[in-house]
Amino acid sequence: MSNPYAQISRDGLWSNNIVFAQVLALCPTLAVTGTATNGLGMGLATTAVLVMTGLLISLLRNVITPQVRIPAFIIVIAMVVTLVEMALNAWVHELYKVLGLFIPLIVTNCAILGRAEAYASKENGARAAFDGLMMGIGFTLALVVLGAVREILGSGTLFANASLLLGPAFKHLELVIIPDYRGFLLMILPPGGFLVLGFLMAAKRIIERRRGRSGAIEAGCSPAAHGA
Amino acid sequence: MNASSRIQAFRASPLFQALLLGVFALVTAALLSMGNQTTRGEIEKRRQEDLMASLVQVIPHEMHDNDLLADTLSLAGPDGAPVTIYRARKGGAIVAAAYLVTGHGYGGDISLIMGVDLSGKLLGVRVISHFETPGLGDKIEEKKSGWIFGFAGLSLSSPPAEEWKVKKDGGHFDQFSGATITPRGVVAAVRKGLEFFASQHDAISGEAAKVAVRPAEAGQ
Repeated sequence: MSNPYAQISRDGLWSNNIVFAQVLALCPTLAVTGTATNGLGMGLATTAVLVMTGLLISLLRNVITPQVRIPAFIIVIAMVVTLVEMALNAWVHELYKVLGLFIPLIVTNCAILGRAEAYASKENGARAAFDGLMMGIGFTLALVVLGAVREILGSGTLFANASLLLGPAFKHLELVIIPDYRGFLLMILPPGGFLVLGFLMAAKRIIERRRGRSGAIEAGCSPAAHGA
Repeated sequence: MNASSRIQAFRASPLFQALLLGVFALVTAALLSMGNQTTRGEIEKRRQEDLMASLVQVIPHEMHDNDLLADTLSLAGPDGAPVTIYRARKGGAIVAAAYLVTGHGYGGDISLIMGVDLSGKLLGVRVISHFETPGLGDKIEEKKSGWIFGFAGLSLSSPPAEEWKVKKDGGHFDQFSGATITPRGVVAAVRKGLEFFASQHDAISGEAAKVAVRPAEAGQ
């Protein structure tokens, strides 16, 4: 009915969003979204890994037998993450100092295994890489929104320290939303993450209902990935 | 059975699965060790640069004329583990020393580097790594607030030893709103570091080795 790439984009960004629809990757999601900047860093690093593993697994899909696919996917993902970490540390050290904390967390991100299992192992390389890109961007957007809400409520700022991640040119992104704010500790700690995530998911359902769609979560994930 | 159906049967056998997984593990291990070989030298260089960058911050450049990374000494630290002392010399005489200390924060160990001149006065303290809560405890980083600069110029006698605590505990140092444990850990670690310096003063300054100075000792 429609262009497959448009469908992939819609799935990744909205209807099958990793955080708000699949509810995967909660460990990195809740751990890093105390600020919008950290959410952005984690999202970008995850996007890079999603594109690479999507492409690799799609290319290997005819070699890997169904019986050993899960361990094979995990080996490929762990290898890509480790190589990315070593390369960043050696050659893009400034970025590594900011993202370094997040990279090992990507291995534990079950959304990457989920995409390998549900999509990349069944589709051609171009589509798998594009799916990785769109899922990654959707994940990044979700993390930035979650981080922004928690940061405004928790610290009264927005995009604090963005210039450390993106370079001095982005200094103007760093905003103080509520001057002389005394802070709301709960929002920065994990319970705040669960609260905000719950409200944002509810908001997504309301928007979908208003638009006359069924709020049903599209099945984009295997049972194995759900268990992760 | 023809050849292609034999291949099909073999692909379904447990032996093939084991071989396939084995090949995957071998190829990934080979790629990872290649990656490690390629990046190891660069990563070590970056680590040295980072260390140098923080050493420069706690021992001002104009104070010394030697290579701090080359002039080191290993002593038994306050908790028994060896501590590497980086010594700053001017015209051959030792003028200051820098070393790492570890504090206990809210989220884990806080690694700090401190520079001390020979009289026991702090030249500066910087955080090397920590796991404190972003937005609260991370104000100990020099990029996020100026708190850590407050240590420069202090010593065990100024403020007096009993005031080496955060204000909440009746001491001299500010805590952050919402985070007391982090600055408490840093203050305690710096104090412990100063006491270590005082107890090892002769070894660090070279007084003890003055009788017989051999070049070999400067390296270790």
